[in-house]
Amino acid sequence: MKSIFFHLMPYRDLPADFEKRYESIWITPPNTELCDPKKVAQYYQWNLDELELADRLGFDGVGVNEHHQNGYGFMASPNLMAASLARRTPNNSAIMVLGNTLALYAPATRVAEEFAMLDVLSNGRLAAGFPVGTSMDVNFCYGVPPTQTRPRFREAEELITQAWTRPGPFSFNGRYNQLRYVNPWPQPLQKPHPPVWLAGGGSVETWELAAAKNYTYSYLSFFGAKFGKKLMDGFWAKMDELGVDRNPFRAGFAQQICVSETDERAEKEYLEHVTYFFNKCLHIPPYFFEAPGYRTRKSTEFAIKTNQPGAIAAAAALEKNWKTLNEEGFIIAGSPSTVADRLIEVAKTLRVGNLHALLQIGSMPHELTKKNITLFAEEVMPRIRHVWDAEGWTHEWWPSGAANRAVTEPTGAQA
Amino acid sequence: MTTTQSPVDERIVQVGPIAARVLVAGTGEPLLFLHGAGGLFWDPFLDTLAAEHTVYAVEHPGGNVSEDLDHLPGIWELVLFYDELLDTLGLDSVRVVGHSFGGMVAAELAANSPRRVSRLVLIAPVGFWREDHPIADIAGVPPEKLVELVLADPSSPLAATLTPPADDPQALFEAAMRMASILHFIWPIPDKGLDRRIHRVSAPTLLVWGEQDRLVDPVYAEEFTSRLRDSRLVTIPDAGHLPTLEQTAAVVPPVLGFLTGKDA
Repeated sequence: MKSIFFHLMPYRDLPADFEKRYESIWITPPNTELCDPKKVAQYYQWNLDELELADRLGFDGVGVNEHHQNGYGFMASPNLMAASLARRTPNNSAIMVLGNTLALYAPATRVAEEFAMLDVLSNGRLAAGFPVGTSMDVNFCYGVPPTQTRPRFREAEELITQAWTRPGPFSFNGRYNQLRYVNPWPQPLQKPHPPVWLAGGGSVETWELAAAKNYTYSYLSFFGAKFGKKLMDGFWAKMDELGVDRNPFRAGFAQQICVSETDERAEKEYLEHVTYFFNKCLHIPPYFFEAPGYRTRKSTEFAIKTNQPGAIAAAAALEKNWKTLNEEGFIIAGSPSTVADRLIEVAKTLRVGNLHALLQIGSMPHELTKKNITLFAEEVMPRIRHVWDAEGWTHEWWPSGAANRAVTEPTGAQA
Repeated sequence: MTTTQSPVDERIVQVGPIAARVLVAGTGEPLLFLHGAGGLFWDPFLDTLAAEHTVYAVEHPGGNVSEDLDHLPGIWELVLFYDELLDTLGLDSVRVVGHSFGGMVAAELAANSPRRVSRLVLIAPVGFWREDHPIADIAGVPPEKLVELVLADPSSPLAATLTPPADDPQALFEAAMRMASILHFIWPIPDKGLDRRIHRVSAPTLLVWGEQDRLVDPVYAEEFTSRLRDSRLVTIPDAGHLPTLEQTAAVVPPVLGFLTGKDA
């Protein structure tokens, strides 16, 4: 299994009564009141230091993503962060940009250009994430009509992949992107193009696209494997239905992880920061989650059949109930062997070959974050790396210029 | 005021690729009714209109069959849809009554086809934007807040009819789909250039506004009256954004009087 250190870049010093005083962490948290650029200057240094540390410690990839007007992730341009990382990751980790919210860009050739630049700059280490994007970002922050979210995403996906692979110049006559001359300089270094990583919250349409175009799919949620199982079972059932193989590297999932010397110590060190995350960083009113028209009829029919875990998570965090957070799978925390055992179990349950490890959580300070990253890299990663070796699959979606660490290590290295 | 319980006939009318649902009732001069974001429901107000008109109340496309919206990317195609619908119904000239978003569409239709619209009634229409009185984001507020925005008396029994039960995901989704089909045309701000076209409207126009409309403030009436060639405004006390439901008895006389020309 590939381990990617995925950084959300949260605001680490929200006021203690934030969730009581403000409507939402996203879209409307008043910027001049809550977001101090001087603090952010410090955060950005810490965030990049943490990502660079992960590269040195041998993570397979370092991950960044895009959000807007959001207190738990103010990386409005993940490409800027990725550009910085491309120059400062000597251990050749994959640069995972998960991703650019395609529906926001018209013409979407801007994404094709910037991703191509990153791919060239990093010597072919880019994984190009194509998320549909949240309703908060796409509809509320960027003003795209909810009913245009998916059509714009699909058209942009088509335009970008053509821009990367068709000899230019050519014309593109879309509904949202109408271009007489498509001819970006340069095209990407990786051929036919950087691997595309879809990221989403469980839309049936996204799975169908993953199958049709042979893209990977990462289920990005903060609610862990227990809830994710219903979705990933749905994903694999769809792959079976469409005649796609069960290569686990087609799939990824995000997990909040806290590693310490012992299980007891993990609770002592991390509980406060995990609680901060669930109480403050997920303080989003339900009406922002899905503007009417954001989700299609088809995907809603599926979603209605599954449970929404947000309320449970919030309740568990409010009670500071470490046990519930662990049992429900919202976090995987404890000693290296506890964490490794649970990750192996989760990987097998969900059948995923890519782990987006969320190791900086909420208010977690820089020193503790470095400890979490270090313990994970040194003591957890070697135990989970070879989870899928016995099945003999090839990771067809790993950036070709990135180090492929799994093959350089002896098999059977698990403790 | 005459009130009859008209039998309501439901018709499916094919307009290009779209199957439009039209409720038809009453006898007399044809009248086109265009509803707002809440959806199409036959109510006592439509019943009173049907006492003196043949009412054609059209369900806005896209609420049921979301693919319909693929054929209607913007307000221009929507206006053409209504123009073609009138052709299909064989109605050369009609009176048009529109509420809220339906009022904006009614004004756009009257601007596009001035000879087709004989009289125009706009009930709390959207279509303009004022920085000093921004129209609230109906998608970005909790259900209880929406009730406060649209009703003069949020404790009235009408409140319960406006929001589906919170424990019924299917009903919530159907309501969301209806709203989505409207937001499709007005997101994120309900100003899509009516100010560039409204000067074409030739129909005498009646504006009706609830005095306590907290969603679309009554000051927006000025945006219409200052631009229309022939307009008058009636404000309704103790009514919010839904005056035809909240104060039916107060709305009907001026509307019927205006439509039949008896108040002129």
